[in-house]
Amino acid sequence: MKQKSTTKTSYHIPIGPIHPALKEPVHFEFEIDGEKIVDVDVKLGHVHRGVEWASRRRNPVQILYLAERICGICSYCHPAAFTLAVEKIADIQVPERAEYLRVIQGELERICSHILWAGVAAHEIGFDTVLYLTWQIRERALDLTEFLTGNRITKGIMMIGGIRRDITPDMIPRIKKDLEHFKKDFETLRHVFLDDKTVKMRSQGAGVLTKDEAMKLCAVGPTGRASGVKKDVRFSESYFAYGDLDIDLITPDVLTGEVNGDVYDRIIQRLLEVKQAIEIIEQAIDKMPSGDILAESKIPKLLAQLKKASGEDIGRHEAPRGEVIHYVKLDGNESPYTWKVRAPTYNNILPWIPMLKGEQIADIPIVAASTDPCMSCTNRVTIVQGSKRYNLNREELHRLCVQKTRRLSK
Amino acid sequence: MTEKKRLNPEELAKYFKDEFKTSIKDLKIKEKVAGLQKNKANSIWIKVDSNIFKQVVKHLIDLQYPHLAVTSGNDLGKVIELIYHFTLYYEDRIGEIAINISVELPKSKPEIDSICDLIPGALVTEREKMEFLGVKFKGIPDERRLFVPEDIPKDVYPWRRDETGPNKFYKNLHEVKK
Repeated sequence: MKQKSTTKTSYHIPIGPIHPALKEPVHFEFEIDGEKIVDVDVKLGHVHRGVEWASRRRNPVQILYLAERICGICSYCHPAAFTLAVEKIADIQVPERAEYLRVIQGELERICSHILWAGVAAHEIGFDTVLYLTWQIRERALDLTEFLTGNRITKGIMMIGGIRRDITPDMIPRIKKDLEHFKKDFETLRHVFLDDKTVKMRSQGAGVLTKDEAMKLCAVGPTGRASGVKKDVRFSESYFAYGDLDIDLITPDVLTGEVNGDVYDRIIQRLLEVKQAIEIIEQAIDKMPSGDILAESKIPKLLAQLKKASGEDIGRHEAPRGEVIHYVKLDGNESPYTWKVRAPTYNNILPWIPMLKGEQIADIPIVAASTDPCMSCTNRVTIVQGSKRYNLNREELHRLCVQKTRRLSK
Repeated sequence: MTEKKRLNPEELAKYFKDEFKTSIKDLKIKEKVAGLQKNKANSIWIKVDSNIFKQVVKHLIDLQYPHLAVTSGNDLGKVIELIYHFTLYYEDRIGEIAINISVELPKSKPEIDSICDLIPGALVTEREKMEFLGVKFKGIPDERRLFVPEDIPKDVYPWRRDETGPNKFYKNLHEVKK
Protein backbone atom coordinates (compact mmCIF):
# COMPACT_ATOMS: atom_id res chain seq x y z
CA MET A 1 0.00 0.00 0.00
CA LYS A 2 1.27 3.45 -0.84
CA GLN A 3 1.91 5.90 1.94
CA LYS A 4 0.13 9.16 1.21
CA SER A 5 2.35 12.24 1.25
CA THR A 6 0.10 14.41 3.40
CA THR A 7 1.23 16.33 6.45
CA LYS A 8 -0.87 14.11 8.69
CA THR A 9 0.70 10.69 8.69
CA SER A 10 -1.60 7.75 8.51
CA TYR A 11 -0.51 4.47 10.05
CA HIS A 12 -1.07 0.84 9.21
CA ILE A 13 -2.72 -1.90 11.26
CA PRO A 14 -2.31 -5.47 10.14
CA ILE A 15 -5.18 -7.67 11.32
CA GLY A 16 -4.97 -11.40 10.97
CA PRO A 17 -4.18 -13.88 9.50
CA ILE A 18 -6.28 -15.27 12.33
CA HIS A 19 -9.16 -13.07 11.64
CA PRO A 20 -12.58 -11.98 12.94
CA ALA A 21 -14.96 -12.85 10.16
CA LEU A 22 -13.99 -15.90 8.19
CA LYS A 23 -13.82 -19.64 8.53
CA GLU A 24 -10.41 -19.30 6.91
CA PRO A 25 -7.72 -17.01 8.26
CA VAL A 26 -7.40 -13.81 6.31
CA HIS A 27 -4.98 -10.96 6.60
CA PHE A 28 -6.21 -7.38 6.60
CA GLU A 29 -4.03 -4.35 6.39
CA PHE A 30 -5.76 -1.16 7.38
CA GLU A 31 -4.48 2.30 6.68
CA ILE A 32 -5.68 4.39 9.59
CA ASP A 33 -5.92 8.13 10.04
CA GLY A 34 -6.66 8.71 13.73
CA GLU A 35 -9.60 6.39 14.37
CA LYS A 36 -10.77 6.40 10.76
CA ILE A 37 -10.06 3.70 8.19
CA VAL A 38 -8.65 5.22 5.01
CA ASP A 39 -7.81 2.13 3.01
CA VAL A 40 -8.02 -1.63 3.30
CA ASP A 41 -5.97 -4.37 1.74
CA VAL A 42 -6.85 -8.06 1.96
CA LYS A 43 -4.43 -10.99 1.73
CA LEU A 44 -5.68 -14.55 1.49
CA GLY A 45 -4.46 -18.08 1.20
CA HIS A 46 -3.37 -19.05 4.69
CA VAL A 47 -5.44 -22.21 4.63
CA HIS A 48 -5.44 -23.04 0.95
CA ARG A 49 -5.43 -26.79 1.38
CA GLY A 50 -5.46 -27.79 -2.27
CA VAL A 51 -8.83 -29.52 -1.92
CA GLU A 52 -9.41 -29.31 -5.67
CA TRP A 53 -6.07 -30.94 -6.32
CA ALA A 54 -6.86 -33.69 -3.78
CA SER A 55 -9.91 -34.60 -5.87
CA ARG A 56 -7.69 -35.83 -8.69
CA ARG A 57 -7.17 -39.09 -6.81
CA ARG A 58 -10.74 -39.63 -5.67
CA ASN A 59 -13.88 -40.88 -7.34
CA PRO A 60 -17.03 -38.70 -7.33
CA VAL A 61 -18.60 -40.45 -4.34
CA GLN A 62 -15.43 -40.00 -2.29
CA ILE A 63 -15.35 -36.34 -3.32
CA LEU A 64 -18.77 -35.82 -1.71
CA TYR A 65 -17.16 -36.43 1.67
CA LEU A 66 -14.14 -34.34 0.81
CA ALA A 67 -16.45 -31.49 -0.26
CA GLU A 68 -18.28 -31.74 3.04
CA ARG A 69 -15.06 -30.93 4.84
CA ILE A 70 -14.37 -27.68 2.99
CA CYS A 71 -16.38 -25.80 5.60
CA GLY A 72 -17.97 -26.90 8.83
CA ILE A 73 -21.01 -24.65 8.60
CA CYS A 74 -21.70 -25.20 4.90
CA SER A 75 -21.18 -28.94 5.12
CA TYR A 76 -24.31 -29.54 3.08
CA CYS A 77 -23.91 -26.87 0.38
CA HIS A 78 -20.63 -28.04 -1.12
CA PRO A 79 -21.64 -31.67 -1.72
CA ALA A 80 -24.99 -30.33 -2.98
CA ALA A 81 -23.38 -28.14 -5.64
CA PHE A 82 -20.93 -30.88 -6.63
CA THR A 83 -23.76 -33.41 -6.94
CA LEU A 84 -25.80 -31.05 -9.11
CA ALA A 85 -22.88 -30.65 -11.51
CA VAL A 86 -22.19 -34.39 -11.71
CA GLU A 87 -25.87 -35.24 -12.18
CA LYS A 88 -26.07 -32.80 -15.08
CA ILE A 89 -23.03 -34.35 -16.79
CA ALA A 90 -24.12 -37.97 -16.32
CA ASP A 91 -27.78 -37.10 -16.99
CA ILE A 92 -29.08 -38.68 -13.80
CA GLN A 93 -32.75 -37.98 -13.02
CA VAL A 94 -33.21 -37.63 -9.29
CA PRO A 95 -36.46 -39.03 -7.76
CA GLU A 96 -38.86 -36.21 -6.82
CA ARG A 97 -39.05 -37.21 -3.18
CA ALA A 98 -35.27 -36.84 -2.88
CA GLU A 99 -35.51 -33.33 -4.37
CA TYR A 100 -37.87 -32.31 -1.56
CA LEU A 101 -35.74 -33.95 1.11
CA ARG A 102 -32.75 -32.04 -0.23
CA VAL A 103 -34.66 -28.76 0.16
CA ILE A 104 -35.47 -29.59 3.79
CA GLN A 105 -31.80 -30.30 4.57
CA GLY A 106 -30.66 -27.14 2.82
CA GLU A 107 -33.09 -24.91 4.69
CA LEU A 108 -32.31 -26.52 8.05
CA GLU A 109 -28.66 -25.70 7.45
CA ARG A 110 -29.65 -22.11 6.69
CA ILE A 111 -31.46 -21.83 10.04
CA CYS A 112 -28.41 -23.19 11.90
CA SER A 113 -26.02 -20.88 10.09
CA HIS A 114 -28.04 -17.67 10.38
CA ILE A 115 -28.81 -18.24 14.07
CA LEU A 116 -25.13 -18.85 14.74
CA TRP A 117 -24.30 -15.63 12.94
CA ALA A 118 -26.92 -13.64 14.88
CA GLY A 119 -25.40 -14.79 18.17
CA VAL A 120 -21.87 -13.97 17.18
CA ALA A 121 -22.85 -10.55 15.85
CA ALA A 122 -24.57 -9.81 19.17
CA HIS A 123 -21.47 -10.97 21.05
CA GLU A 124 -19.28 -8.64 19.03
CA ILE A 125 -21.22 -5.59 20.09
CA GLY A 126 -21.43 -6.78 23.69
CA PHE A 127 -24.83 -8.46 23.99
CA ASP A 128 -23.81 -11.76 25.43
CA THR A 129 -27.29 -12.56 26.72
CA VAL A 130 -28.43 -12.70 23.09
CA LEU A 131 -25.49 -14.97 22.29
CA TYR A 132 -26.76 -17.47 24.89
CA LEU A 133 -30.30 -17.16 23.58
CA THR A 134 -29.21 -17.92 20.02
CA TRP A 135 -27.02 -20.80 21.14
CA GLN A 136 -30.07 -22.29 22.83
CA ILE A 137 -32.03 -22.03 19.57
CA ARG A 138 -29.15 -23.39 17.55
CA GLU A 139 -28.86 -26.35 19.90
CA ARG A 140 -32.44 -27.28 19.03
CA ALA A 141 -31.67 -26.89 15.33
CA LEU A 142 -28.61 -29.10 15.66
CA ASP A 143 -30.61 -31.71 17.56
CA LEU A 144 -33.11 -31.71 14.73
CA THR A 145 -30.26 -32.07 12.22
CA GLU A 146 -28.98 -35.05 14.19
CA PHE A 147 -32.47 -36.54 14.26
CA LEU A 148 -32.75 -36.26 10.48
CA THR A 149 -29.22 -37.10 9.35
CA GLY A 150 -27.57 -38.91 12.25
CA ASN A 151 -24.90 -36.22 12.55
CA ARG A 152 -24.78 -32.69 13.84
CA ILE A 153 -22.15 -30.99 11.68
CA THR A 154 -20.74 -33.08 8.82
CA LYS A 155 -24.01 -34.61 7.84
CA GLY A 156 -23.03 -37.18 5.22
CA ILE A 157 -26.54 -37.01 3.78
CA MET A 158 -25.94 -36.19 0.11
CA MET A 159 -25.53 -38.85 -2.55
CA ILE A 160 -25.24 -38.56 -6.30
CA GLY A 161 -28.70 -39.38 -7.63
CA GLY A 162 -30.60 -38.72 -4.42
CA ILE A 163 -30.22 -38.53 -0.69
CA ARG A 164 -29.17 -41.11 1.89
CA ARG A 165 -31.91 -40.91 4.53
CA ASP A 166 -35.66 -40.65 4.19
CA ILE A 167 -38.07 -38.75 6.43
CA THR A 168 -40.72 -41.24 7.51
CA PRO A 169 -44.25 -40.17 8.58
CA ASP A 170 -43.49 -40.85 12.25
CA MET A 171 -40.68 -38.28 12.13
CA ILE A 172 -42.89 -35.43 10.94
CA PRO A 173 -44.55 -34.53 14.30
CA ARG A 174 -41.11 -33.96 15.85
CA ILE A 175 -40.06 -31.71 12.93
CA LYS A 176 -43.32 -29.73 13.14
CA LYS A 177 -42.94 -29.30 16.88
CA ASP A 178 -39.42 -27.94 16.45
CA LEU A 179 -40.53 -25.61 13.66
CA GLU A 180 -43.20 -24.15 15.98
CA HIS A 181 -40.44 -23.52 18.54
CA PHE A 182 -38.29 -21.82 15.89
CA LYS A 183 -41.20 -19.54 14.99
CA LYS A 184 -41.55 -18.41 18.59
CA ASP A 185 -37.79 -17.98 18.89
CA PHE A 186 -37.76 -16.00 15.69
CA GLU A 187 -40.27 -13.51 17.15
CA THR A 188 -38.08 -13.12 20.25
CA LEU A 189 -34.95 -12.56 18.18
CA ARG A 190 -36.75 -10.14 15.92
CA HIS A 191 -37.77 -8.08 18.91
CA VAL A 192 -34.31 -8.20 20.47
CA PHE A 193 -32.49 -7.19 17.31
CA LEU A 194 -34.82 -4.91 15.47
CA ASP A 195 -36.48 -2.95 18.27
CA ASP A 196 -33.37 -2.39 20.35
CA LYS A 197 -32.08 1.16 20.44
CA THR A 198 -28.43 0.24 20.95
CA VAL A 199 -28.33 -2.35 18.17
CA LYS A 200 -29.78 0.30 15.87
CA MET A 201 -27.18 2.84 16.94
CA ARG A 202 -24.31 0.46 16.30
CA SER A 203 -25.55 -0.95 13.03
CA GLN A 204 -27.54 1.70 11.20
CA GLY A 205 -25.37 3.56 8.73
CA ALA A 206 -22.35 1.38 9.52
CA GLY A 207 -20.53 -0.55 6.82
CA VAL A 208 -22.63 0.70 3.91
CA LEU A 209 -22.45 -1.18 0.62
CA THR A 210 -24.48 0.48 -2.14
CA LYS A 211 -26.41 -1.54 -4.72
CA ASP A 212 -24.10 -0.35 -7.47
CA GLU A 213 -20.99 -1.44 -5.58
CA ALA A 214 -22.57 -4.76 -4.67
CA MET A 215 -23.37 -5.48 -8.32
CA LYS A 216 -19.99 -4.41 -9.65
CA LEU A 217 -18.07 -6.33 -7.00
CA CYS A 218 -20.26 -9.42 -7.60
CA ALA A 219 -21.50 -9.69 -3.99
CA VAL A 220 -23.64 -12.75 -3.34
CA GLY A 221 -26.15 -13.97 -0.79
CA PRO A 222 -27.45 -11.93 2.14
CA THR A 223 -24.60 -9.44 1.68
CA GLY A 224 -25.76 -8.62 -1.85
CA ARG A 225 -29.47 -8.85 -1.11
CA ALA A 226 -29.18 -6.50 1.88
CA SER A 227 -27.85 -3.93 -0.60
CA GLY A 228 -30.79 -4.55 -2.93
CA VAL A 229 -29.23 -6.94 -5.45
CA LYS A 230 -32.05 -9.37 -6.16
CA LYS A 231 -30.02 -12.50 -6.58
CA ASP A 232 -31.08 -15.77 -5.02
CA VAL A 233 -30.47 -19.06 -6.79
CA ARG A 234 -33.44 -20.67 -5.03
CA PHE A 235 -35.69 -18.05 -6.57
CA SER A 236 -34.22 -17.69 -10.02
CA GLU A 237 -33.24 -21.21 -10.96
CA SER A 238 -35.18 -24.45 -10.89
CA TYR A 239 -33.07 -26.98 -8.99
CA PHE A 240 -33.94 -29.48 -6.28
CA ALA A 241 -37.63 -28.81 -5.57
CA TYR A 242 -37.23 -25.03 -5.29
CA GLY A 243 -38.98 -24.58 -8.64
CA ASP A 244 -42.19 -26.10 -7.22
CA LEU A 245 -42.29 -24.12 -4.00
CA ASP A 246 -43.64 -20.69 -3.32
CA ILE A 247 -40.53 -18.61 -2.70
CA ASP A 248 -40.20 -14.85 -2.49
CA LEU A 249 -37.02 -12.98 -3.10
CA ILE A 250 -36.45 -11.17 0.17
CA THR A 251 -34.66 -7.84 0.48
CA PRO A 252 -34.74 -5.67 3.64
CA ASP A 253 -37.32 -3.25 2.15
CA VAL A 254 -39.96 -5.94 2.77
CA LEU A 255 -39.79 -4.90 6.42
CA THR A 256 -38.56 -1.31 6.47
CA GLY A 257 -39.62 -0.04 3.05
CA GLU A 258 -36.13 0.99 2.03
CA VAL A 259 -32.73 -0.52 1.30
CA ASN A 260 -29.72 1.11 2.93
CA GLY A 261 -27.15 -1.66 2.59
CA ASP A 262 -25.79 -1.13 6.10
CA VAL A 263 -25.10 -3.63 8.88
CA TYR A 264 -28.66 -3.20 10.19
CA ASP A 265 -30.04 -4.24 6.81
CA ARG A 266 -27.84 -7.31 6.81
CA ILE A 267 -29.23 -8.23 10.27
CA ILE A 268 -32.81 -7.80 8.98
CA GLN A 269 -31.97 -9.78 5.86
CA ARG A 270 -30.66 -12.79 7.77
CA LEU A 271 -33.50 -12.78 10.29
CA LEU A 272 -36.11 -12.66 7.51
CA GLU A 273 -34.35 -15.54 5.81
CA VAL A 274 -34.65 -17.64 8.97
CA LYS A 275 -38.42 -17.10 8.84
CA GLN A 276 -38.43 -17.89 5.13
CA ALA A 277 -36.46 -21.10 5.72
CA ILE A 278 -39.01 -22.26 8.32
CA GLU A 279 -41.83 -21.63 5.84
CA ILE A 280 -40.01 -23.44 3.03
CA ILE A 281 -39.49 -26.53 5.21
CA GLU A 282 -43.21 -26.53 6.06
CA GLN A 283 -44.14 -26.25 2.39
CA ALA A 284 -41.72 -29.01 1.42
CA ILE A 285 -43.13 -31.37 4.08
CA ASP A 286 -46.68 -30.71 2.89
CA LYS A 287 -45.97 -31.11 -0.81
CA MET A 288 -43.49 -33.98 -0.62
CA PRO A 289 -44.52 -36.88 -2.89
CA SER A 290 -43.89 -40.51 -1.98
CA GLY A 291 -41.38 -42.66 -3.82
CA ASP A 292 -37.72 -43.60 -3.98
CA ILE A 293 -34.97 -41.48 -2.54
CA LEU A 294 -32.12 -42.71 -4.74
CA ALA A 295 -31.86 -43.04 -8.49
CA GLU A 296 -29.30 -45.82 -8.10
CA SER A 297 -28.86 -47.48 -4.75
CA LYS A 298 -25.90 -49.68 -5.70
CA ILE A 299 -22.77 -47.56 -5.36
CA PRO A 300 -20.48 -49.69 -7.63
CA LYS A 301 -23.10 -49.46 -10.39
CA LEU A 302 -23.34 -45.69 -9.89
CA LEU A 303 -19.56 -45.35 -10.05
CA ALA A 304 -19.43 -47.42 -13.25
CA GLN A 305 -22.06 -45.12 -14.75
CA LEU A 306 -20.07 -42.03 -13.74
CA LYS A 307 -16.88 -43.51 -15.15
CA LYS A 308 -18.50 -43.67 -18.57
CA ALA A 309 -19.78 -40.11 -18.42
CA SER A 310 -17.79 -37.28 -19.90
CA GLY A 311 -18.45 -33.59 -20.23
CA GLU A 312 -18.45 -30.45 -18.16
CA ASP A 313 -21.09 -28.58 -16.17
CA ILE A 314 -21.72 -26.35 -13.23
CA GLY A 315 -23.77 -26.91 -10.10
CA ARG A 316 -25.16 -23.97 -8.16
CA HIS A 317 -26.87 -23.89 -4.78
CA GLU A 318 -27.86 -21.03 -2.51
CA ALA A 319 -25.81 -21.61 0.62
CA PRO A 320 -26.57 -19.62 3.80
CA ARG A 321 -23.92 -17.07 2.79
CA GLY A 322 -24.79 -16.93 -0.89
CA GLU A 323 -24.40 -18.74 -4.15
CA VAL A 324 -21.96 -21.63 -4.12
CA ILE A 325 -20.84 -22.80 -7.55
CA HIS A 326 -18.88 -25.88 -8.53
CA TYR A 327 -17.47 -26.57 -11.96
CA VAL A 328 -16.80 -30.23 -12.78
CA LYS A 329 -15.24 -31.77 -15.86
CA LEU A 330 -15.40 -35.54 -16.24
CA ASP A 331 -13.34 -37.24 -18.95
CA GLY A 332 -14.19 -40.92 -18.64
CA ASN A 333 -11.72 -41.67 -15.87
CA GLU A 334 -12.38 -42.66 -12.32
CA SER A 335 -11.59 -39.19 -10.97
CA PRO A 336 -12.81 -35.92 -12.42
CA TYR A 337 -10.42 -34.01 -14.67
CA THR A 338 -11.18 -30.67 -13.04
CA TRP A 339 -13.15 -29.65 -9.99
CA LYS A 340 -13.40 -25.98 -9.19
CA VAL A 341 -15.06 -24.84 -5.98
CA ARG A 342 -16.27 -21.30 -5.46
CA ALA A 343 -17.62 -20.58 -2.00
CA PRO A 344 -19.72 -17.44 -1.47
CA THR A 345 -17.13 -15.69 0.67
CA TYR A 346 -14.76 -15.62 -2.31
CA ASN A 347 -17.05 -13.04 -3.90
CA ASN A 348 -17.76 -11.21 -0.65
CA ILE A 349 -14.12 -10.28 -0.06
CA LEU A 350 -13.96 -7.25 -2.33
CA PRO A 351 -17.20 -5.73 -0.94
CA TRP A 352 -15.44 -5.44 2.42
CA ILE A 353 -13.28 -2.65 1.06
CA PRO A 354 -16.07 -0.09 0.44
CA MET A 355 -17.82 -1.27 3.63
CA LEU A 356 -14.82 -0.66 5.88
CA LYS A 357 -13.54 2.55 4.35
CA GLY A 358 -14.46 5.53 6.51
CA GLU A 359 -15.42 3.40 9.52
CA GLN A 360 -13.69 3.40 12.92
CA ILE A 361 -11.37 0.76 14.34
CA ALA A 362 -14.03 -0.24 16.87
CA ASP A 363 -16.41 -1.00 14.00
CA ILE A 364 -14.09 -3.50 12.31
CA PRO A 365 -15.45 -6.60 14.11
CA ILE A 366 -19.12 -5.90 13.53
CA VAL A 367 -18.71 -4.71 9.94
CA ALA A 368 -16.47 -7.63 9.02
CA ALA A 369 -18.85 -10.02 10.79
CA SER A 370 -21.83 -8.63 8.95
CA THR A 371 -20.90 -10.39 5.71
CA ASP A 372 -20.21 -13.76 7.22
CA PRO A 373 -21.24 -15.68 10.34
CA CYS A 374 -17.89 -17.22 11.26
CA MET A 375 -16.76 -14.50 13.63
CA SER A 376 -13.84 -16.12 15.34
CA CYS A 377 -10.57 -14.86 16.61
CA THR A 378 -8.54 -11.82 15.73
CA ASN A 379 -5.79 -13.25 17.80
CA ARG A 380 -3.21 -10.70 17.01
CA VAL A 381 -3.30 -7.13 15.85
CA THR A 382 -0.10 -5.16 15.69
CA ILE A 383 -0.32 -1.41 15.58
CA VAL A 384 2.74 0.11 13.99
CA GLN A 385 3.02 3.78 14.73
CA GLY A 386 6.31 5.39 13.83
CA SER A 387 9.00 3.48 15.65
CA LYS A 388 6.65 2.45 18.45
CA ARG A 389 5.03 -0.94 18.02
CA TYR A 390 2.42 -2.33 20.31
CA ASN A 391 0.09 -5.25 20.11
CA LEU A 392 -3.65 -5.21 20.12
CA ASN A 393 -5.01 -8.69 20.59
CA ARG A 394 -8.39 -10.07 19.74
CA GLU A 395 -9.76 -9.45 23.24
CA GLU A 396 -8.57 -5.86 23.12
CA LEU A 397 -10.29 -5.25 19.78
CA HIS A 398 -13.45 -6.87 21.09
CA ARG A 399 -13.22 -4.68 24.21
CA LEU A 400 -12.98 -1.56 22.03
CA CYS A 401 -16.07 -2.70 20.13
CA VAL A 402 -18.04 -3.32 23.34
CA GLN A 403 -16.88 0.00 24.81
CA LYS A 404 -18.25 1.85 21.82
CA THR A 405 -21.63 0.23 22.40
CA ARG A 406 -21.61 1.24 26.07
CA ARG A 407 -20.54 4.75 25.16
CA LEU A 408 -23.36 5.10 22.67
CA SER A 409 -26.02 3.73 24.99
CA LYS A 410 -25.25 6.25 27.74
CA MET B 1 -30.44 1.45 -16.37
CA THR B 2 -33.33 0.95 -18.76
CA GLU B 3 -35.17 -2.34 -18.75
CA LYS B 4 -34.56 -4.22 -21.94
CA LYS B 5 -36.57 -7.04 -23.36
CA ARG B 6 -35.68 -10.38 -21.83
CA LEU B 7 -34.24 -12.75 -24.39
CA ASN B 8 -34.79 -16.47 -24.13
CA PRO B 9 -31.79 -18.82 -24.50
CA GLU B 10 -32.36 -19.37 -28.24
CA GLU B 11 -32.61 -15.62 -28.86
CA LEU B 12 -29.47 -15.05 -26.83
CA ALA B 13 -27.63 -17.67 -28.85
CA LYS B 14 -28.79 -16.02 -32.10
CA TYR B 15 -27.78 -12.59 -30.78
CA PHE B 16 -24.21 -13.73 -30.15
CA LYS B 17 -24.00 -15.65 -33.44
CA ASP B 18 -25.19 -12.61 -35.41
CA GLU B 19 -22.79 -10.29 -33.63
CA PHE B 20 -19.63 -12.36 -33.73
CA LYS B 21 -20.26 -14.88 -36.55
CA THR B 22 -17.12 -16.99 -37.09
CA SER B 23 -15.38 -15.89 -33.90
CA ILE B 24 -17.78 -18.14 -32.03
CA LYS B 25 -16.28 -21.60 -32.16
CA ASP B 26 -18.97 -23.54 -30.43
CA LEU B 27 -22.34 -22.86 -28.87
CA LYS B 28 -24.49 -25.23 -26.86
CA ILE B 29 -27.74 -24.72 -24.98
CA LYS B 30 -28.30 -27.09 -22.08
CA GLU B 31 -31.48 -27.73 -20.15
CA LYS B 32 -32.13 -29.53 -16.91
CA VAL B 33 -35.51 -30.18 -15.38
CA ALA B 34 -36.13 -30.55 -11.66
CA GLY B 35 -38.93 -31.13 -9.18
CA LEU B 36 -42.51 -32.24 -9.70
CA GLN B 37 -43.40 -29.41 -12.05
CA LYS B 38 -40.38 -30.11 -14.25
CA ASN B 39 -39.35 -26.49 -14.51
CA LYS B 40 -36.36 -25.94 -16.73
CA ALA B 41 -33.01 -24.45 -15.81
CA ASN B 42 -31.17 -23.11 -18.83
CA SER B 43 -27.52 -22.64 -19.48
CA ILE B 44 -25.55 -21.58 -22.53
CA TRP B 45 -21.99 -22.71 -23.21
CA ILE B 46 -20.07 -20.57 -25.69
CA LYS B 47 -16.51 -20.97 -26.90
CA VAL B 48 -15.07 -17.78 -28.34
CA ASP B 49 -11.79 -16.46 -29.73
CA SER B 50 -9.70 -14.89 -27.02
CA ASN B 51 -9.30 -11.62 -28.98
CA ILE B 52 -13.06 -10.91 -29.00
CA PHE B 53 -13.70 -12.07 -25.44
CA LYS B 54 -13.84 -8.57 -24.01
CA GLN B 55 -16.29 -7.52 -26.73
CA VAL B 56 -18.55 -10.43 -25.76
CA VAL B 57 -18.53 -9.27 -22.13
CA LYS B 58 -19.38 -5.73 -23.27
CA HIS B 59 -22.35 -7.11 -25.21
CA LEU B 60 -23.47 -9.02 -22.12
CA ILE B 61 -23.35 -5.80 -20.08
CA ASP B 62 -25.51 -4.13 -22.74
CA LEU B 63 -28.20 -6.76 -22.15
CA GLN B 64 -28.10 -6.57 -18.36
CA TYR B 65 -25.23 -6.10 -15.92
CA PRO B 66 -24.27 -9.76 -15.47
CA HIS B 67 -23.15 -11.45 -12.30
CA LEU B 68 -19.72 -13.00 -12.68
CA ALA B 69 -19.64 -16.03 -10.41
CA VAL B 70 -16.11 -17.25 -11.02
CA THR B 71 -13.62 -18.26 -13.68
CA SER B 72 -12.65 -21.92 -13.93
CA GLY B 73 -9.53 -23.12 -15.64
CA ASN B 74 -8.30 -26.30 -17.29
CA ASP B 75 -4.86 -27.28 -18.47
CA LEU B 76 -5.65 -29.16 -21.68
CA GLY B 77 -2.10 -29.94 -22.78
CA LYS B 78 -1.18 -27.43 -25.48
CA VAL B 79 -3.78 -24.89 -24.45
CA ILE B 80 -5.13 -23.43 -21.26
CA GLU B 81 -8.89 -23.10 -21.15
CA LEU B 82 -10.57 -20.42 -19.08
CA ILE B 83 -14.32 -20.59 -18.48
CA TYR B 84 -16.09 -17.49 -17.22
CA HIS B 85 -19.37 -18.31 -15.47
CA PHE B 86 -21.86 -15.47 -15.81
CA THR B 87 -25.53 -15.33 -14.92
CA LEU B 88 -28.13 -13.08 -16.51
CA TYR B 89 -31.72 -12.22 -15.55
CA TYR B 90 -31.32 -13.37 -11.97
CA GLU B 91 -34.14 -11.09 -10.84
CA ASP B 92 -36.76 -13.24 -12.59
CA ARG B 93 -38.49 -16.22 -11.01
CA ILE B 94 -36.94 -19.29 -12.73
CA GLY B 95 -35.70 -16.97 -15.46
CA GLU B 96 -32.01 -17.05 -14.77
CA ILE B 97 -29.72 -18.05 -17.62
CA ALA B 98 -26.21 -19.23 -16.84
CA ILE B 99 -23.81 -18.14 -19.56
CA ASN B 100 -20.49 -19.94 -19.58
CA ILE B 101 -17.97 -18.37 -21.92
CA SER B 102 -14.80 -20.30 -22.55
CA VAL B 103 -11.61 -19.12 -24.23
CA GLU B 104 -8.56 -21.16 -25.16
CA LEU B 105 -5.14 -19.62 -24.74
CA PRO B 106 -1.97 -21.16 -26.21
CA LYS B 107 0.40 -22.29 -23.49
CA SER B 108 3.31 -20.58 -25.22
CA LYS B 109 1.61 -17.21 -24.79
CA PRO B 110 -1.27 -17.40 -22.30
CA GLU B 111 -2.50 -13.81 -22.45
CA ILE B 112 -5.96 -12.29 -22.31
CA ASP B 113 -7.42 -8.86 -21.61
CA SER B 114 -8.43 -8.22 -18.03
CA ILE B 115 -12.12 -7.41 -17.56
CA CYS B 116 -11.61 -5.65 -14.23
CA ASP B 117 -12.41 -2.29 -15.84
CA LEU B 118 -15.85 -3.61 -16.84
CA ILE B 119 -16.54 -5.81 -13.81
CA PRO B 120 -14.30 -4.80 -10.86
CA GLY B 121 -15.38 -7.92 -8.97
CA ALA B 122 -13.40 -10.06 -11.43
CA LEU B 123 -10.16 -9.09 -9.68
CA VAL B 124 -10.13 -11.94 -7.17
CA THR B 125 -10.75 -14.66 -9.73
CA GLU B 126 -8.27 -13.18 -12.24
CA ARG B 127 -5.54 -13.03 -9.63
CA GLU B 128 -6.28 -16.63 -8.76
CA LYS B 129 -5.97 -17.77 -12.38
CA MET B 130 -2.74 -15.79 -12.72
CA GLU B 131 -0.98 -17.69 -9.99
CA PHE B 132 -2.62 -21.10 -10.47
CA LEU B 133 -2.44 -21.39 -14.25
CA GLY B 134 0.11 -18.77 -15.22
CA VAL B 135 -2.30 -16.77 -17.36
CA LYS B 136 -1.31 -13.16 -17.96
CA PHE B 137 -4.15 -10.64 -17.72
CA LYS B 138 -3.37 -7.49 -19.66
CA GLY B 139 -4.34 -4.39 -17.71
CA ILE B 140 -5.11 -6.06 -14.37
CA PRO B 141 -4.93 -3.42 -11.60
CA ASP B 142 -3.31 -5.68 -8.99
CA GLU B 143 -0.69 -8.23 -9.99
CA ARG B 144 0.19 -9.67 -6.58
CA ARG B 145 -0.43 -13.24 -5.60
CA LEU B 146 -3.65 -14.06 -3.82
CA PHE B 147 -3.63 -17.59 -2.39
CA VAL B 148 -0.21 -19.00 -3.22
CA PRO B 149 2.43 -18.13 -0.60
CA GLU B 150 5.38 -16.01 -1.60
CA ASP B 151 7.93 -18.78 -1.01
CA ILE B 152 6.65 -20.93 -3.90
CA PRO B 153 8.85 -20.28 -6.97
CA LYS B 154 7.45 -17.89 -9.57
CA ASP B 155 7.44 -20.40 -12.43
CA VAL B 156 5.38 -23.08 -10.67
CA TYR B 157 1.65 -23.09 -11.34
CA PRO B 158 -0.32 -25.49 -9.12
CA TRP B 159 -3.08 -26.36 -11.61
CA ARG B 160 -0.80 -27.14 -14.55
CA ARG B 161 -0.28 -30.76 -15.49
CA ASP B 162 3.13 -30.50 -17.18
CA GLU B 163 6.63 -29.83 -15.85
CA THR B 164 5.58 -26.35 -14.67
CA GLY B 165 3.07 -28.00 -12.34
CA PRO B 166 3.56 -28.75 -8.66
CA ASN B 167 4.77 -32.36 -9.18
CA LYS B 168 8.25 -31.84 -7.83
CA PHE B 169 6.83 -30.53 -4.55
CA TYR B 170 5.10 -33.64 -3.36
CA LYS B 171 6.22 -37.10 -2.41
CA ASN B 172 4.21 -40.27 -2.34
CA LEU B 173 4.52 -41.48 1.19
CA HIS B 174 4.53 -45.15 0.17
CA GLU B 175 7.61 -44.50 -1.99
CA VAL B 176 9.65 -42.94 0.79
CA LYS B 177 12.35 -45.30 2.05
CA LYS B 178 12.57 -45.77 5.77
